[in-house]
Amino acid sequence: MTIVIDTGNHIAAKAAVMAKPDVVAAYPITPQTTLVEDIAKYVETGEFKGEYICVESEHSAMSACIGASATGVRTFTGTSSHGLLLMHEMLHWAALARLPIVMCNINRVVGPGWNIWSDENDSISQRDTGWIQFYCSSNQEIFDTVIQAFKLAEHEKVVLPVMISYNAFILSHTSMPVEIPEQKIVDDFLGEYKPKWKLDVENPITFGNIIGPSGYYKVRRAMWDAHENAKKLIPQIAKEWEEKSGYHHGDFLELYKCDGADYVLLAMGAIGAESKVAIDEMQKNGIKIGLARVRTFRPSPKEEFIKLGKQADLIVIDRNISVGLGGALFSEVKSALYNKSDAKVYGFIAGLGGKDVTYKDIEAICEKAINGKAKESEWYGVEEA
Amino acid sequence: MKKYDVVTTISYPKKGAMGKTGNWRVFKPILDKTKCVKCLRCWIFCPEGSIKREKDGTVSIDYEYCKGCGICASVCKVEAITMEREVKK
Repeated sequence: MTIVIDTGNHIAAKAAVMAKPDVVAAYPITPQTTLVEDIAKYVETGEFKGEYICVESEHSAMSACIGASATGVRTFTGTSSHGLLLMHEMLHWAALARLPIVMCNINRVVGPGWNIWSDENDSISQRDTGWIQFYCSSNQEIFDTVIQAFKLAEHEKVVLPVMISYNAFILSHTSMPVEIPEQKIVDDFLGEYKPKWKLDVENPITFGNIIGPSGYYKVRRAMWDAHENAKKLIPQIAKEWEEKSGYHHGDFLELYKCDGADYVLLAMGAIGAESKVAIDEMQKNGIKIGLARVRTFRPSPKEEFIKLGKQADLIVIDRNISVGLGGALFSEVKSALYNKSDAKVYGFIAGLGGKDVTYKDIEAICEKAINGKAKESEWYGVEEA
Repeated sequence: MKKYDVVTTISYPKKGAMGKTGNWRVFKPILDKTKCVKCLRCWIFCPEGSIKREKDGTVSIDYEYCKGCGICASVCKVEAITMEREVKK
């Protein structure tokens, strides 16, 4: 094991290369660029022995990954914001084709206006594509999640693509110490990739052909079942990774000081990490509040939300907005709790456009809700003109 | 033939995987065997494998699966195949 101090993107590149994909196809976009640049560097140093395909767009990047994965090889890519949106059609394609592609998405604002800061609307708007989605809050978590993502994606009971999202700049370009295990540990953990299906000249099939309504219905149901299987496997794989590597970033939620809490704050990504400071401060002031940082967004950890709702009132911060409805996590938490718990749920939109959300802001949000001054859902920190 | 244990849109090779596609036809190829020189261009170009090649070198058209695209008529050097509109007789 070695400790390196490096940025989220460089750590993601390191993890991806240590997983030994056969094909990486990518197109650079800020703030993902240093991720794919670093993989290119590993081609030069000889540490990456797979094929690196430079393509002309993100739609092509995902298409090339689909083509490669369909031949039965391990495949990785990365993107961000408009790049992810340009992939949209092919994201559905990859999931319906049951191709275990692993991709990092660096959460960045969707334009216009042109803005490269952190915001989850890019990946939230891909939530119905069938991809498994994780959200990270530290560089160590990025490393651990990328490695575990290959294991989960390729598991014979899952066989689905996995997206690992992390915040633009706050993580992608910020250096933190990360423990990197020996290559052998990663090799033993992942094992050799055995595709569940592949295009093979020795055994010809066609793929993506015309399919009737009843056949298509079965394909969708099988994707649903795969997500249900993923729910069982995500904690198991995290435990196995902990046993092999000694670190633990996995599971659906990271619970922080939730024991005996009357209120639980839910947030994703870097806001989830920043919230720990706010929780410490509020607990010092005698407020019984804990944190549940949501790291698995798809499959939705509904059962975990219900457990929290039976214990405490919930405060949800979303760095995304489904315009016309509300924050995505807020809506999903409420939906999970309906008929299962009568906990109060407060939703706050915060940090859109990359607006900084400090622990002081998080404290202000929580105290507003706890003091009964918050509406069911509101926008925090919109500045008057 | 190896079958994969995964529910997705894989099609395995078999005759008429999508059913009897002959009923998609609007124009029907008619082969004049007196003009045919057995060059097999129609057999090579037919995208659906609907030109049957007999042991004696002659060809015939499998109307159960021919969709009537007209490629055979187009590539025939001796104009032995003509396209006629499908009509109920």
